[in-house]
Amino acid sequence: MKHLNIEQKRPRIAVFDFTGCEGCELQLANKEETLGAFLDAIEVINYREVSSEKGDNYDVALIDGAITRPDEIERLKAIREKAKVLVAMGSCACFGGVTKLKNAYNLDEANREVYGDCPKETIPTMAVGDVVTVDLKLPGCPVSKDEVERVVQHLVWDLPLPTYAYPVCLQCKQRYTVCRFDMGELCLGPITRAGCNAPCPAGGLGCWGCRGPAENPNYEEFFALAKEKGFSEQEVKDRLAFFGGFEDVL
Amino acid sequence: MLFKILSKDGFRSLVEIILQSNEIIAPKKIGTKADGDPIHQFLPVTSFEEMDLDYRTTEYSAKTYFLPYRENLCTFDFEADDWEQKIAYRMQPRAIIGLRAFDINALTKLDKVFSKGRFPSPYYISRRKNTFIVGIDREPLEDEFCQSIGADIVTHGFDLFMTDLGDRYFVAVDSDRGFNLLNRVDVREVTDEDTQAYKEVRKRIQNGFKTKINLSNLPNLLDLEFTSEVWKKWGDKCLSCGSCAMVCPTCYCYGVSEEVSMDFKEGARVKQLYSCNLLDFARVAGGHNFRPDQETRLKYRYYHQHRGFLEDYDEPKCVGCNRCGRVCLAGISPAAVIRDLYEENV
Ligand code: SF4
Ligand code: SF4
Ligand code: SF4
Ligand code: SF4
Ligand code: SF4
Repeated sequence: MKHLNIEQKRPRIAVFDFTGCEGCELQLANKEETLGAFLDAIEVINYREVSSEKGDNYDVALIDGAITRPDEIERLKAIREKAKVLVAMGSCACFGGVTKLKNAYNLDEANREVYGDCPKETIPTMAVGDVVTVDLKLPGCPVSKDEVERVVQHLVWDLPLPTYAYPVCLQCKQRYTVCRFDMGELCLGPITRAGCNAPCPAGGLGCWGCRGPAENPNYEEFFALAKEKGFSEQEVKDRLAFFGGFEDVL
Repeated sequence: MLFKILSKDGFRSLVEIILQSNEIIAPKKIGTKADGDPIHQFLPVTSFEEMDLDYRTTEYSAKTYFLPYRENLCTFDFEADDWEQKIAYRMQPRAIIGLRAFDINALTKLDKVFSKGRFPSPYYISRRKNTFIVGIDREPLEDEFCQSIGADIVTHGFDLFMTDLGDRYFVAVDSDRGFNLLNRVDVREVTDEDTQAYKEVRKRIQNGFKTKINLSNLPNLLDLEFTSEVWKKWGDKCLSCGSCAMVCPTCYCYGVSEEVSMDFKEGARVKQLYSCNLLDFARVAGGHNFRPDQETRLKYRYYHQHRGFLEDYDEPKCVGCNRCGRVCLAGISPAAVIRDLYEENV
């Protein structure tokens, strides 16, 4: 493909799933209006949702899911060695995600609860970055396809990567949403990183913080205001723990 | 200024005449808060009944009908080895009905920046010129301090401005098109009795202001209190969320970025409103941040409102609507911050 007479790079991309719901991978195949163009812009090396091709001559590895078994550590390290760019995609890969909730329990008990008499080998849940070096994090549950597209555009045309220092509230306000606090509900928007375009408050649900903390969030004030509005410390902590992004303040 | 008396039926006819050919934006009730307060927003309406001119306030101002949160400044088509730029800022005429005096004053402040300033914005001018404005007076809310700023009375910047006299409206006419439209409905000249009734309503409104701030020496005070602990006291609370600037009728800061379509065949230059309270507002290439802490950012927000703008345009930027104070989850409001500065409450 040529643009402005320049031959366009086609990044060789592979997608790998670890422990998670695979929702992020499905998300990559979403947004039908640009799916054709998206797949044209890249070379799919390994991505089981859209192609049976398998190979290991990829440059970019998109990692979906958290690390919860010893064999996953080995597999992830091998991928890291081959990939020039490794992207942690989604909240599980970036923070550990929902599966990280198990770390609060005794692992053997958790194992029995889920697998009964056929326990599986398991370790405390880790984020991808706890095991290997991550070049780029795209938090979100699921990952935003828009953001993945921007990453591809960065790889192809060197367009700047999206960055959001500010919290969800800004994008929430830009949609004229009625604040969930005004409706008597809790919302993590004031401390959570924007970039999702605040779909949850707009849909009538407070933010659950799937994108993790904004840059330098004001936790102290947030805890104070949540308390003042009548939310218990436990309620706030449970929500902060949900996607694993707020470990530092728990 | 020209004044007329418009019957309530006449007003309904006027709205219906506009609706025949133009879009109308007006306060509309969209829900109820947990505490029982109604929620109103400026939204397109399709009938007279949909408007609720008795609204108390709107969380969002109407500024985004002039400065949208997001707009394309231009688009690009990439074709073979060439590209074409397209700029489009024409819009269909429309009317906004129900703006309060301070919201119209907010527009006249934006006019100074975007119509009469050093760098006029055709995007803004096109929207402003093509918007017919009908304002309406009412008694102030407890926390509004527009009177202290002198923004509770409006003398220009609108087409029609109405004061409700019970069974009729006292209408100030500020444009030819307003005059012409009025003449198509049931309108009559003002009598002494009308003037008397108008003065009484104005007096009631004028006496209704509960929140006052002292502006007399504020610009100097701000200079003197540059290092005041008051900034830290309030800055420590700031969540750097930008909600205040988003709902403020006069905040106009923005960022510009370029976006490219996934097939790399089209691009757009996008303008998005921003806020000086956001952490990276003053971050520059190379990573240096001129305003790295909350306290400094909050301070400069007040400096722009009450000092910097004044220096350029001889009036504060703030109109005293207190939308920012109401929206702030951290409870930061101009009246409280400014009072603390005067009283050195830290
Ligand atoms: S709903 Fe949540 S994200 Fe939106 S403004 Fe309120 S606190 Fe912020
Ligand atoms: S609003 Fe919060 S929970 Fe919802 S997508 Fe955004 S960051 Fe995630
Ligand atoms: S002053 Fe309030 S609304 Fe404004 S950025 Fe700070 S916390 Fe947000
Ligand atoms: S009171 Fe707040 S929202 Fe209203 S004009 Fe002043 S700064 Fe803006
Ligand atoms: S600098 Fe701050 S106060 Fe001034 S217009 Fe921009 S956002 Fe509003």
